[in-house]
Amino acid sequence: MNLWRKLACVVLATVMCAAIAANWLAPAGYAKQYREATDAPPSHAHWLGTDEIGRDRFARVLYGTRISLLLAPAAALLSTLMAALIGGLAGYLGGIWARIAMAVTDLFLSLPWLFLLITARALMPLNVSPLFSVTVTFLLLGLLGWTTAARVLCTTAGAIRSADFVRQARALGISGRRLFWIQVMPNLKPVLYAQFWISIPVFILSEANLGILGLGVAEPLPSWGSLLKELESLVSVGEEPWKFVPLVLLVLVVMSFQLLLSAREEVAA
Amino acid sequence: MSGQEKLMKVKSACERGIWIALVCVATLSRFAAAQGGGELKFCLRMEPKTFDPLKVEDEASAAIRYLTGGTLVRVNRQTQELEPGLAQSWKISRDGRQITFHLRSGIAFSDGTPFSASDVAYTIQQLMDPALHSATGDAFRSGTGNVETKVISATQIAINFPSPVAGLDRLFDQVAILSEHSPRKEMAVLGAFMVADYKPGVTVLLKRNPNYWKTDEQGRKLPYLDSIRLDIQPNRDVEMLRFKRGELDLVNTLDSEYFDKLAATAPQLVHDAGPSLDSEQLWFNEVAKAPIPAYKKNWFRSANFRRAISEAINREDLSRVVYHGHAQPAVGPFSPANKFWFNSKLKPQTYSSDAALKALQGDGFRLENGVLKDKDGNEVVFSIITNAGSKPRERMAVLIQDDLQKIGIHVNVVTLDFPSLIERMTQSFDYEAIILGLTNVDLDPNGEMNVWLSSSENHQWNPQQKAPETAWEAEIDRQMRMQASATDPKRRKEAFDRVQEIVVEQEPFIFLINKNSLSAVSTAVHGAAPVILSPQTFWNAERLTVAAK
Repeated sequence: MNLWRKLACVVLATVMCAAIAANWLAPAGYAKQYREATDAPPSHAHWLGTDEIGRDRFARVLYGTRISLLLAPAAALLSTLMAALIGGLAGYLGGIWARIAMAVTDLFLSLPWLFLLITARALMPLNVSPLFSVTVTFLLLGLLGWTTAARVLCTTAGAIRSADFVRQARALGISGRRLFWIQVMPNLKPVLYAQFWISIPVFILSEANLGILGLGVAEPLPSWGSLLKELESLVSVGEEPWKFVPLVLLVLVVMSFQLLLSAREEVAA
Repeated sequence: MSGQEKLMKVKSACERGIWIALVCVATLSRFAAAQGGGELKFCLRMEPKTFDPLKVEDEASAAIRYLTGGTLVRVNRQTQELEPGLAQSWKISRDGRQITFHLRSGIAFSDGTPFSASDVAYTIQQLMDPALHSATGDAFRSGTGNVETKVISATQIAINFPSPVAGLDRLFDQVAILSEHSPRKEMAVLGAFMVADYKPGVTVLLKRNPNYWKTDEQGRKLPYLDSIRLDIQPNRDVEMLRFKRGELDLVNTLDSEYFDKLAATAPQLVHDAGPSLDSEQLWFNEVAKAPIPAYKKNWFRSANFRRAISEAINREDLSRVVYHGHAQPAVGPFSPANKFWFNSKLKPQTYSSDAALKALQGDGFRLENGVLKDKDGNEVVFSIITNAGSKPRERMAVLIQDDLQKIGIHVNVVTLDFPSLIERMTQSFDYEAIILGLTNVDLDPNGEMNVWLSSSENHQWNPQQKAPETAWEAEIDRQMRMQASATDPKRRKEAFDRVQEIVVEQEPFIFLINKNSLSAVSTAVHGAAPVILSPQTFWNAERLTVAAK
């Protein structure tokens, strides 16, 4: 394991430990309002300052990390699995099945998701806990985010299907099901991993943007997405670099995961 | 006298001469600057929907109407008093059904067409044509029957209404007079400026009207400005950036966040004119058929419950934290900025969570392990919805959530896209509480008839009642109708004072804050005096000058 990967391990372990230990590291909690110290710069009392209504930004980053690190990968996993199943199977089977699967994918891609999400919000009751709201949001993202990955996987699986080693395996009499799980799926792994890691930051940012539909994380619960929304007012960012912390954290975590993943790939190879 | 003394004298005379010449040049250049006042540049935040002054409904078109339209009378945005315009004087009959205007003579439209009383008659006929669907015209409709005009002479006209119209003369502030005979129709104007060029989506260029009738105290022709360039720019960030770069001369309305950012670097550019007419309020759903549990309806329909919630909200913090001090705790339906109509006997609600809790306990509510329960044991939990994207409202909701938590009430804050929110508010009534604002452009309470009458669609807490469901709503209806039909300003004021008292007592709307009127004006602009009434920064555009940069 090279230095960068060791560093990635340390980063991930630190971030995860800090998120788990949020109750001890920031005992005041993410919702406590220090109304006399709003939008304050970092200080001994508030390591990352306070937000516009005086909540401790450090506490919000820790609790937000907990939410986002748990739910965004879960949603990414759900969408990648769906993509693998639909895209991978369609590509492997080919012919009419591939055409049907791609037609369904195209249909999903062309649906006006914004309006469907508005309808979903309209069907949800107003009096729900913030945690329920954020779980539903990530679940919806997971259920809707498989289409692009499915197209990529369908093409890749199609290429694998006509590869020599698959033809040879088929000639040896290996059943189609076994062929799919033993030969095709392992070869789809790099694409699946890439799709999974790409999805995580996309889902974190989508969750922030869905706030406009009332589907994001409800106040006062924080998430990386809601913390990143602070960066919308670009004028202030140059003067207040500590507001970049959620963004830096997001980049660091995604990079660390990818470094560890590439290490696994190399070992597997 | 020696040669040297002579030389010194000549030298001193020359120096004096040079100084006098310099002073003259400076004075002349200032005079020239006053005459050629430069170009004023600012942004419209949307495309103007029309240049026809009678069809104006949007903010951008209203700005153009204000700058180009000649009106019979004009509300002075600084003093809030009515001043003569194209009419030198006017008189309202005792029964409030007729207004007679005495017009100025020798005035012409921007294209040279002479102005007379027949143009006023033509404008009123156009305005009151039901086929036009004019929002401006709607304000004049007082009963069944037609509005009739009688041209007495070229400079005198009487306008008759089927029923008395309260605050009749002030309504003419919005009526830009059209030319009956000009081939240019609405493009022939009587205001200080005229539309010279329009590039859809890009810019509207207004040029000085050469035939404008007004002069300043020294007898110089107004306006001073040569032109006004209105760039169409919906993005506020871009507008601010351009203002900072000196590409714009003013920003008509700022929010408190931008205001503070600008004030930190250039305090000389920002202006806080004090509380505006706009208010932000919270209200509970009191609609009988609303799909919410019956026990919640009982809470929301109880004046004691509403008053207790109001008392538990720290309005000072809302003003200080959310609006950075650029807002004032609201008192009632009208802001203290409305000098004549505000009921000065009313004071803002004091904040006391203890008193609020005590009041609720008097109604059978009890606090158990930090959770408030009603007399039947139901936990007091409700949701507050507001429109997503409005940072101040979202922040106010979170502050209120925290304030109410102190008395054991759990609030869920939900932000919705605006159409969904409106659908819940006006169609399905599927909501519990809402935070929204009222943008008030009219000083007269008649402009709020559609809010306060119980039969109205905009009586938001319980709209379109067939008959008033409560005694106090019946009393508001009575007082609002009285002020609308009375012609004596004193009687109207008494009636509306009573309305304000009832609203503060019953709190169907829990008024939270009145935002301050914030704007930014470049130091290159001379004569600017931002006010609270719209248009805040360019209300005196005819007297502004812009120094060359």
